[in-house]
Amino acid sequence: MDYVLLIEQLLNGFQLGIILFLMAAGLTLVFGIMDLVNLAHGSLFMIGAFVGGTLALATGSLVLGALLMVPAMFAVGVLVETVALRTLYRRSHLDQVLATFGLILFFNEATRLIWGPEGLVVPLPDFLEGSVALGAGITYPLYRIVIIGIGLLVALGLYVLVARTRFGMLVRAGASNRAMAGALGVNIPVLFSLVFGIGAVLAGLAGLVITPITQAATGMGEDVLILAFVVIVIGGIGSVRGAFVAAILTGVIDTMGRSFLDVLLLLFLPPNAAESAGPALSSMLIYVLMAGILFFRPQGLFPPRGAAAP
Amino acid sequence: MRPHLTPAGVVSGLLLALCAAVPFLAPALDEPFYVIVFARIMVWAIAAVSLNLIMGFGGMISFGHAVYLGIGGYAVGILGFHDVTSAWVQLPVAVGLCAVVALVFGVICLRTRGIYFIMITLALAQMVFFLSVSAERYGSDDGLNILWRSDFGSGLIDLEDGAVMYYAIFAVLLGSLLLQWRMVVSRFGLVLRASRSNDTRVQAVGIPTYRYRLAAFVVAGVMCGLAGFLQANLERFVSPDMMNWHRSGELILMTVLGGTATLFGPLVGAVVFLMLSELLSTLTIHWHLVFGPFLILVVLFARGGVMGLLGSRTTHD
Repeated sequence: MDYVLLIEQLLNGFQLGIILFLMAAGLTLVFGIMDLVNLAHGSLFMIGAFVGGTLALATGSLVLGALLMVPAMFAVGVLVETVALRTLYRRSHLDQVLATFGLILFFNEATRLIWGPEGLVVPLPDFLEGSVALGAGITYPLYRIVIIGIGLLVALGLYVLVARTRFGMLVRAGASNRAMAGALGVNIPVLFSLVFGIGAVLAGLAGLVITPITQAATGMGEDVLILAFVVIVIGGIGSVRGAFVAAILTGVIDTMGRSFLDVLLLLFLPPNAAESAGPALSSMLIYVLMAGILFFRPQGLFPPRGAAAP
Repeated sequence: MRPHLTPAGVVSGLLLALCAAVPFLAPALDEPFYVIVFARIMVWAIAAVSLNLIMGFGGMISFGHAVYLGIGGYAVGILGFHDVTSAWVQLPVAVGLCAVVALVFGVICLRTRGIYFIMITLALAQMVFFLSVSAERYGSDDGLNILWRSDFGSGLIDLEDGAVMYYAIFAVLLGSLLLQWRMVVSRFGLVLRASRSNDTRVQAVGIPTYRYRLAAFVVAGVMCGLAGFLQANLERFVSPDMMNWHRSGELILMTVLGGTATLFGPLVGAVVFLMLSELLSTLTIHWHLVFGPFLILVVLFARGGVMGLLGSRTTHD
């Protein structure tokens, strides 16, 4: 096995993990604090890609587009929360699943109506093109390094926000015990709206940064959404730290599995069997990981303190 | 729980009679297309009945139930691909595979509750979905055509005959409705419903609810696998799309639309859902734009589904 390829794939896995973290951070807070199953979080990922992409094309600058996307997505998030989701908090999980499933259908169709079925291509600006030599014969695309950098910055910012500020304290209090936090005078509805807005911005950012690599397409958020579910289940619902660790773990294991599992299987299996079993097994890898973790720790790796076990 | 002569009961009876009569009515109305439409509806209804068993009566919201449709379907598709068309092989494989998968998934999922349960059933179903996508030999995304329907080796049950296919589905639908009814009113169903309301309390009485819930989970998986077996035969085609998570969502939807935890709710829901999508899609290709908000309104304002509107008493706490 070639160590250059190994490190490249490790970085790819890390980058996937970062995207997953951006999705999972908002999702885990919404779950943890509001006890809301929000399937439409994947739609926010998609809307971020389309809105941010359109803004980037209109202004001619991806960076400007990304900056303008932040208030736009915050507004979208707060709007969705107040119009559609607020009435669902008191409802059963089943009602929440159904209503947010309805939102997905609506948003998918709305983007198809506005941007057309072929989606939106956002070119990568010149200064982000090209690769960087990391030494020891390893080169890596600059843009992917930028993604990793953005993700780490956001993770740091979220950590400071959640662990070091008054707002974060209220968020954590809400995640541990919503009723008690409310009884102690925390304005829960406003807190919910703000948290949801932040979650929408993070999901939108994840969608936008991935767009120059793939492209904005209807339903693009759904696969990521399900991976993000896996991440927050592994990490423990309501825990941002857990989401970070689990996201990186999931991203790396998934990517490494896809690139190296068939090579690894060659050690045990005849080439024919290894070649056909490799892709099948690697696509199942993270779910097996999730099942394993749940078996031993049903509440995930880092459940928030004081949260009730499932 | 016993069917009375309520509006809901009358509607359910009429629907079943309609299902039985469609192969005669459709040619008479010069709309032969309706035969295939109703065959599809009935297959979905079987799957929805199986979901209702665990979700409606057992409170286990499985968001990956369509996976059994896929497994049942692929049992037909893959065996047929290898020239094994005998139904006496395909059917036991479909049923057995679904039972084993449901057992394994159940053991994992039933350790958890609430949101975790929903997400884990979804994730496990995705695992099988991606497995089918990565199976290049069996067509990956494009799926598999089924050249020959399952062969029962007798002239009496010849699925190649459209009418026989139709009434085979109808018979399985009747069977699943009957099984659902017998299970729900039995002691087994009582434990299941009680554990939905308050699991801790039932356990405190000394009943090991886990076993009951797991058994229901497996029965539901097998029943849905049967629907997959029929769907593959009906469409002569299987693809990963059969177990796309949108299908699982639609199954939940049908059940809720009809009325969860009612005997005929899943059938009514399947009819309403599929007829509505048929109707809306002829009006505009962007029908999801209307359908999505419609769902939200149903959730918010019509909680008992159609059966609730018709005054059927559900077994809700």
